[in-house]
Amino acid sequence: MSTTNPVILSSSKDDVVLTPELLAKYEPVIGIECHVELKTVSKMFCGCPNAFGGEPNTKVCPVCLALPGALPVPNAAAIEHMIRAGLAFGATIPPHSKFDRKNYFYPDMPKNYQISQYDMPLTVGGVVRYWLDDGRRGECRLTRIHLEEDTGKSTHVGSTDGRLAASTSSLVDFNRAGVPLMECVSEPDIRSADEAVAYLETLARTFRELGVSDVKMEEGSLRCDANVSIRLRGATEYGTKAEIKNMNSFRSVRRAIESEIARQIQVVESGGRVIQETRGWDEAAGTTHSQRSKEQAHDYRYFPDPDLVPIDVSADDVARVRATLVETPYERYVRYVDTYGIDTKRATQLVDDHVLAAWFDAAVAASNNALATVAFVLGDLARLANESGTHVAQGKVTPAALAELVGLTQSNAINSKGAKQVLETLWTDGGSAQAIVEREGLAQVSDRGAVEAIVDEVLAANPKVVDDYRAGKTNVLGFLTGAVMKASRGKANPALAQDLLKEKLSSA
Amino acid sequence: MDPIHDSARALARAVNARDASAAEIAEALIPHAARADAQLAAYLELTPELMRAQARRVDERVAAGESLPLAGVPLAIKDNMCVLGTRTTAGSKILENFVAPYTATAVQRLLDAGALPVGKTNLDEFAMGSSGENSAYALTKNPYDLDRVPGGSSAGSAAAVGGFAATVSLGSDTGGSIREPAAFCNVVGFKPTYGRVSRYGLIAFASSLDQIGPFARSVEDAALVYDVMAGKDPLDATSVDRAVEPTAGHLREDLRGVKVGIVKEFDLAKLDPAVRACYEAAYADLERLGAELVEVTLPTADYGVATYYLIAPAECSSNLARFDGVRYGLRVDGPDVGAMYERTRAAGFGPEVKRRILIGTYALSSGYYDAYYLKAQKARTRFAEDFARAFERCDVIASPAASTTAFKFNAKSDPLAMYLMDYYTIPVSLAGLPSLSVPCGAAVPDDGTRPMPLGLQLATPLFTERALLGYAHAYERATQHAQKLTPPETANA
Amino acid sequence: MPADRIDIRHVARLARLALTDDEIATFGPQLGSLMTHVDALAQLDTENVPATAQVIPSRNVQRGDALRPATMLTREAALQNAPQAQAGYFRVPRIIAEEG
Ligand SMILES: [Zn+2]
Repeated sequence: MSTTNPVILSSSKDDVVLTPELLAKYEPVIGIECHVELKTVSKMFCGCPNAFGGEPNTKVCPVCLALPGALPVPNAAAIEHMIRAGLAFGATIPPHSKFDRKNYFYPDMPKNYQISQYDMPLTVGGVVRYWLDDGRRGECRLTRIHLEEDTGKSTHVGSTDGRLAASTSSLVDFNRAGVPLMECVSEPDIRSADEAVAYLETLARTFRELGVSDVKMEEGSLRCDANVSIRLRGATEYGTKAEIKNMNSFRSVRRAIESEIARQIQVVESGGRVIQETRGWDEAAGTTHSQRSKEQAHDYRYFPDPDLVPIDVSADDVARVRATLVETPYERYVRYVDTYGIDTKRATQLVDDHVLAAWFDAAVAASNNALATVAFVLGDLARLANESGTHVAQGKVTPAALAELVGLTQSNAINSKGAKQVLETLWTDGGSAQAIVEREGLAQVSDRGAVEAIVDEVLAANPKVVDDYRAGKTNVLGFLTGAVMKASRGKANPALAQDLLKEKLSSA
Repeated sequence: MDPIHDSARALARAVNARDASAAEIAEALIPHAARADAQLAAYLELTPELMRAQARRVDERVAAGESLPLAGVPLAIKDNMCVLGTRTTAGSKILENFVAPYTATAVQRLLDAGALPVGKTNLDEFAMGSSGENSAYALTKNPYDLDRVPGGSSAGSAAAVGGFAATVSLGSDTGGSIREPAAFCNVVGFKPTYGRVSRYGLIAFASSLDQIGPFARSVEDAALVYDVMAGKDPLDATSVDRAVEPTAGHLREDLRGVKVGIVKEFDLAKLDPAVRACYEAAYADLERLGAELVEVTLPTADYGVATYYLIAPAECSSNLARFDGVRYGLRVDGPDVGAMYERTRAAGFGPEVKRRILIGTYALSSGYYDAYYLKAQKARTRFAEDFARAFERCDVIASPAASTTAFKFNAKSDPLAMYLMDYYTIPVSLAGLPSLSVPCGAAVPDDGTRPMPLGLQLATPLFTERALLGYAHAYERATQHAQKLTPPETANA
Repeated sequence: MPADRIDIRHVARLARLALTDDEIATFGPQLGSLMTHVDALAQLDTENVPATAQVIPSRNVQRGDALRPATMLTREAALQNAPQAQAGYFRVPRIIAEEG
């Protein structure tokens, strides 16, 4: 629980106040199943486009509409995406895999069975390593990742709030039916809502980095269910779990899990027992509600899909995909924090934008100074990009030019004001930092004699201020330094100017 | 040229040589098929407009110098295959008004090769049946005795060719649905190796068993149709990517040195004496033609029906889930979608389909999967192994295609008795082997006076269609059984 | 073997088939006798025998990730057989509970 305030369940008559002590008494145990739409040109089993939006029922063919006689043919790219995703988490890729049918009726599922994978998924095992906002790190084992197809979408009409219960009919669009979907199933290794969100964020970052999915939450391309149970802290047996469905944003994942943990503690504390059931998350009400008990569980009648043939994945196939893998977002995060000493927040900011992170890495490779580089990249450079509505990587500043600029500031060749000016010129015109410094005469003056001459001028022109200083009002030093900088048109080395001022004011 | 009685080969040769036009064949067939069909009820729908339009295209292509393997050949199509713009019902009420928006690959290949679509033929609903009596629409008659069944499930396709209401036709065979009606209607019925012909556009019954194949009045014509439609289809993942040897024109003419396996377990003594005599004569003919008969054993033979009636219904229960009243076909409304499903499916499916959906759902359901479905899949492996062992001793296995001649309507009311009709064809289907039924004589049934045709089933190893058709061709050439029997009522209609 | 070994109502519910009492009375014994026939399969030795889902030896039959516009349907063709359509959608009666 991220909150330290007591949680009160208003829906219950005899409210149990969930104090921090009570929350600490129980340990939540959470496993996550999440569905991620894969990024491909065409759908999983037909040649219709895998693209979001569009007029209803315009991206369909006999296969994804399940017309009589139509047959599925699997998309090779989707299978390769699965292998790539599995390998990124250290999963095992079994040599043999197959597709099965999961049979159940639902209007947005055209065949009334979903082609999925039952007992021979494409990837088995693996570990998702993640970090939290406060810098703590954790890991969660993956049970498996399997490949399946998405359903269409039904819109419920006839009710005022668009909810199912009060609708009179539903309208079905099959544009999304048959889009490739991977289901990632975790072990129950997660112990808080924050960890659950951190786990999901890392999955999302990793899939984006790998190019296997865009993970656009707003388009529903990542959806998840959570299995939640509680047990007394220190206990080794698992409690009875409830499966929470219908969470469609990271925010709702956090809220739903917190709410469910609180509900279960409440049930147990008031002498009840948690029952095994499926519960839906109601975003508006902020609570979960029972949908289906274990007794009403489905009998999916899985069996191997006779329209499809088995999948063999050779060691060569695995090696070929493995060779294309790059550093994962987690590995990158650890490098930023542990090797570069960047703080968690800024490291996360970089990792979350893998294009920017790659740009940053190129700049660091040239500058050999990560901290100074990150200050520019997430500071002035980010501001310039933001103001002009473009991405740093699409601007005219090259990583090499920024590295050069970092070098110039580090060697005191220019001061920070000059650096800012150089960066602005680089942003509008491109080119080399050194050339701009030379062309615009921005080189910092660190020559003692030259700065001393200006200091003398400034002291001579401000006798009253000099008196004030000597009378003890040492805070006027800033004014005098500013005056020196101004007189030098910003080029004087500010540290040197201050040293000389102090020297001269305390002598005499 | 005789457009009604000539072989496909002769018609195509005449059209390609411009001795005849596809248009004149169409114009002869259209009224003739309608007249014949008034007695046979082989067709659910005749498609004269399509046939004329296609004939025009064929004549244009031939005029432009093309030579088409099936130029001007009248083709009947089982109504479980989608043909763009045609009502495609699979013999079921649930698809009563379904108009296919696409064409099955196998059909398209035949059309591209110049075949003329006469119409869509009747069948047991969703190809589930062995007599043709399970159609929701019509009772197709046997052209050799209108009081008897044509066999099933490809009832109309067998009757149309047997009754000269088409030159060739397409059927589909899951457990015998081409071979058994072929035997009953005195025609050649050929089921290629599973995966040889694309199933894309064939309304699925049991996906791992279904296979499209031709009916013809000669082995050579069946080979001609097979050659055109066989081969890999990118739209069917179970269609096999393997070179197809041309068969028509490459068929052997004799059986010298061929080892014909006779299955020990297929005991002819169990059969009616007249039927038995016919098959014994057929075996003797094989020997007379130079073949060596060798006894082979299929220890699993008696488990065929049990294995099949777990696998096929299990697959069908899932394949038929899509008929739900949402996207096409019949809908019987209800207060909510669940009630709509149940009412639609209750009204749309006939009793045999319901029985198989129930068996299949049960066999796959929680707690029974291992005992039934998985067990049947393991048994299936045994069938493949048994045949592989048998083929170590012989080149081809010969057996009856059916255990009786065509029976009278309503003669078999017990589903299990009907299922046992497919005793000889099912094991071959479970192993996926190429197999055919070739006319082998006739027997007068106990309850009749007229001789009714019988078929000899031949089966060979996977992907050996050319050899199989060759053995059948040699037998047919020497025995001429198809020509010895002609349908009494429709032959000269 | 008792004819009522199969809970037909439960199986029919899974298969979304409404059955009449007459049908249940007819199908019960029919399915019972078929299952009795099927029981013989238990005698067939399948110890250490792998299951066959497909008789053909094909593996990895896949397609490249490309569009196939020729097989796509116009919205009109997609909806041409719809029992009920509305504004380009398929329309169905209300859905009572999430079944997924
Ligand atoms: Zn599609």
